[in-house]
Amino acid sequence: MEGKAIVITSGKGGVGKTTTTANLGTALAMLDKKVCLIDADIGLRNLDVVLGLENRIVYDLIDVVEGNCRLEQAMIKDKRNPNLFLLPAAQTRDKDAVSEEQMKNLINELKEKMDYVLVDSPAGIEQGFRNAIAGVDLGLIVATPEVSSVRDADRIIGLLEAEGLNDPQLLINRLRRDMVGRGDMMNIDDIVEILAVEVLGVIPEDENIVISTNKGEPIVLKDKTYSGKAFNNIAKRIEGQDIPLMTIEKESLFNKVKRIVGLS
Amino acid sequence: MFISDEKTETKGEGSKNIAKERLQFILVQDRIKLSPQQMEEMKAELLDVIKKYIDVDDNDIEMDISREEEMMAMIANFPLKKRE
Repeated sequence: MEGKAIVITSGKGGVGKTTTTANLGTALAMLDKKVCLIDADIGLRNLDVVLGLENRIVYDLIDVVEGNCRLEQAMIKDKRNPNLFLLPAAQTRDKDAVSEEQMKNLINELKEKMDYVLVDSPAGIEQGFRNAIAGVDLGLIVATPEVSSVRDADRIIGLLEAEGLNDPQLLINRLRRDMVGRGDMMNIDDIVEILAVEVLGVIPEDENIVISTNKGEPIVLKDKTYSGKAFNNIAKRIEGQDIPLMTIEKESLFNKVKRIVGLS
Repeated sequence: MFISDEKTETKGEGSKNIAKERLQFILVQDRIKLSPQQMEEMKAELLDVIKKYIDVDDNDIEMDISREEEMMAMIANFPLKKRE
């Protein structure tokens, strides 16, 4: 088996990298793919918490690269899906405890066993980011429709391309239909025009995400929610299915009337 | 009517256009890695060079770096002085 390794990155913190990694991993596993998630945020691990697996950690990524345990011993099997595994970050070490070369080897080893290896990148553009992109095949950039996030995304696209990771794809997170409707938030076309990259998916702002994170249950388990549906669609696109982007920025009738009358 | 006009200016146009314009400007600077001061210095030097050889109309000179499709370009416009 020769799987595909994908890094989920952003530059800016707090835009949803970990939530995206947890949900795409779970969604791909639900499509009967074998998936291993790697938390590359050494010292600030959180992917385990978002997945509700924090009580199962025995060994971590650093233990594997230092030879304290075998890779299989550190991989935590998800409690809901037997196809999904997590390789947690170390919480008490720093980013220099692992090298790019070690990450490359680790990912290559995992690609032999898995259909997908998803790497959750730390924020920033320092060594932690360099480690997270070492050995991957594709970069997925998460950005919210805000000036600071789009700016950082542009920087990351440049850095990925400099490392030979061409054609990164964009996930636009936390899009608010109401704000886009009244012209107070950049829409998909605006962001594409600025960044000139392909959009793999759009996830609406959804309070269900907070609830799902509170519980440690990825939102993709609830396909009825907007955000759950969006993540499931993205997973299907990664699998090569042709699923159109959700039309989450349709202008409401109320807003349309307001606009025509000139109230907004 | 006056109030509604003011509202149109800040809300109807939508702040996203401001975001877009600012971003486009910021990204050009990020990509060429020049500070606004360096940019101004470069423009002044370029102008000096051009003026050494041709008579240009100082008032109507335009120099801007912008994004054209996939690539960035510096587009300059040096109108020649009209012959008196």
